[in-house]
Amino acid sequence: MKLGASLIIGGALFALAIFVGLFAPWLAHTDPVMDANLMNAEEPPSWIWWFGTDAQGRDIYSRVVHGARISLTVGIVSQLVNSVIGVTLGLTAGYWGGWWDDFVNGLTNLMLAIPSLIFALAIMAVLGPGLTSLLIALGLTNWSFTCRIARASTLSLKSQGYVQAARVLGYGDMRIMITQLLPNMLGPIIVIGTLGMGGAVLAEAALSFLGLGIRPPYPSWGSMLSEARDQITTAPWLSIFPGLAIFLTVLGLNLLGDGLRDILDPQSRSRRT
Amino acid sequence: MTGPPLIEVEDLRIDLDVGPSRVAAVEGVSFRIDRGETFGLVGESGSGKSITALALIGLLRQPLSIGAGAIRFEGREIQGLPAARQRALRGNRIAMIFQEPMTALNPVSPVGRQIAEMFVLHKGKNWREANQLAVEALASVRVPAPERRVNDYPHQLSGGMRQRVMIAIALACGPDLLIADEPTTALDVTVQAEIIELMRNLCAERGTAILMISHDLGLVANVCRRVAVMYAGRIVEQRGSADIFRACAHPYTQGLVDSLPRLGSRAVLGRTRLREIAGVVPAIADFPNGCRFNPRCARATEICRTTAPETTLLGADGLVRCHHHA
Repeated sequence: MKLGASLIIGGALFALAIFVGLFAPWLAHTDPVMDANLMNAEEPPSWIWWFGTDAQGRDIYSRVVHGARISLTVGIVSQLVNSVIGVTLGLTAGYWGGWWDDFVNGLTNLMLAIPSLIFALAIMAVLGPGLTSLLIALGLTNWSFTCRIARASTLSLKSQGYVQAARVLGYGDMRIMITQLLPNMLGPIIVIGTLGMGGAVLAEAALSFLGLGIRPPYPSWGSMLSEARDQITTAPWLSIFPGLAIFLTVLGLNLLGDGLRDILDPQSRSRRT
Repeated sequence: MTGPPLIEVEDLRIDLDVGPSRVAAVEGVSFRIDRGETFGLVGESGSGKSITALALIGLLRQPLSIGAGAIRFEGREIQGLPAARQRALRGNRIAMIFQEPMTALNPVSPVGRQIAEMFVLHKGKNWREANQLAVEALASVRVPAPERRVNDYPHQLSGGMRQRVMIAIALACGPDLLIADEPTTALDVTVQAEIIELMRNLCAERGTAILMISHDLGLVANVCRRVAVMYAGRIVEQRGSADIFRACAHPYTQGLVDSLPRLGSRAVLGRTRLREIAGVVPAIADFPNGCRFNPRCARATEICRTTAPETTLLGADGLVRCHHHA
C-alpha cells in the first residue's frame, strides 16, 4: 500500500514534537526557568544561542523544547477527554434514542452555539490559571463534533446486519455498543481526534497568550508568545520560534489527520487487502 | 414425545402500525416444533414468514408488535419473560442464521473472536477457553485450517465460508432450535447444497430442531419433515413434506408445486410453458376480504370473496385453509 504524503509528513512532524517533548531535559542546553543571566539578555540567534535569548537572558531554544511538554500534554490529554465524552454521549444517544437522544442533541447544539474558546475562558476564569484547569477547560468544551460523528455513525451502523445478528444472538446493549458499534466507527473518531489535538494545542497557546493558561516563568509556547509581544520589533526571534513550534505541530497534526482519514476509510481499507 | 413441544405458536397475530390504524401482517398462525424436528415455513416475499421468526425470538420492533396469541418455548410463554431471560434464550437456546452472510458478520472483528464471544457471553468461559472452543467450532463446520482461519476477517472469506462461520456461531452454544432464514439465497447453487447438507448433519448430530424459512418449496421439502405454506400472513396449508408434492390440498400450494420445473416434465423438455400463478401477493394494507388468495384463485367462488375459510384437518398432522380444498 502507498502511504499518502500527508500521512508521512504529518506523522514525522508529530513524532518529532513527541520526541522533543519526551527528551526535553536531554535536548535542552540550559534549564528553561532557572538559567537566567542578564549578561546574555536579548542575544539574537547564533551558534551558542540557537534561537536567541530573551530579556532575562534565558535560552529560547531550551524554553521551546521544554514548552513542547506542556503543549503536547494539553493537546493529547484534553483531546482524549473530549473523545471519551463525545463517543460516550453520541453512541448512547444514537443507540437508545428517545429522551436521552433529545437531551444529548440539545447539549451538543448548546456547545456548538457557544464558541468553545469563550467557554474555556469562562471555565479558566473560575478555576484560575494552571495546567490542571487548562486540561479541564479544554477537555470539557470540544466534544461536540466527536459526539455528532459518533451519533451519526451509530444511527447508520445500527441497521447493519451484524448489529441485528448480535441482538439475535443474545448480546446485551453494552456488548453491542462496545464490540459491534465502537470498532466500526473508530476511523472517523480517530481522524476527528487528531484534528482536535491540533485545535487544543492552538487553544492552549491562545489561553496562555491571554494570561489564563500556563503562568510565567514556566515555558509554554503560548505564554512565550505572550511575553514576547512587546519586543516583536526589537527581538523578533522571541516570537518567531515559539510561533514556528506551534505552527509545525498543528500543521503536523492536521496533515496526520488527513492522512489517517485516507487509510481508515473502510472503502480504501478493503482495497488494501 | 412426552411433555410440551419445544416451541409452540398458537393463533399468533402480528400487528403493523400504520399511522392511526393497525393492520394484521400475520394472523391466526399456529404450529409446533418438537425436539430435533425439522419444520419449514414457505411463502413469497411479504407473506409474513420472516416476521414470524422474529416474533419467535422476541425481537419484533416498532412498527411491528404481537397483537394476540402465544409463543411458548418448552411450555413457557416467551413474551412474559423479563428482557434478561429472553436475552439468555437468544443465541443460547434459540439461534438464527441469516440470508446475507456478507453483512451478518462484524467486518472489523476476526471471525474466531466472533465465535468465541458466544462462549464468553452464554457459557461464562474465559477468553482463552473460548478461543480454543472457537477453533473446534470452525473445524466442526468443515473450515480447513481452522487454527489459522480464526484470525481472518470476514472480508477475507468467501460467501460459503462466511455462512459456515455463521453456522458455527449459531450452533456454538448447542441451541435447541436453529432458525434458518433463507440461509442459502445469497450463495451459488453448488455451495447451497453443501451448506444445507452441513446444517442438516450438524443439527441431526446434536438433536437441534430446525425452523427453515424459504421461498423455495423444493429446498424446504427436501430438508424438513413437515412444511407450512404461508400466504399473505396466514398459513394456508401444513403437511408432511412427502405429501406436499403428491397431494397438496390448497390451490396456492398446487400453484407453487406446478411452477417448479421438474426433471423430465413436458415444461422442462420445452414442449409446454411452466405454469405460473397469475397476479401478485397483495400489500399488507389491502388484503382482500374472505380468503386472501381468492383474486388469484381458479377455484374461487362467491363464498371465497365473503368468508375467510377455517382450517380443516387433513389426516394425522395436515391442515388446510380453503373452502374448496382438494
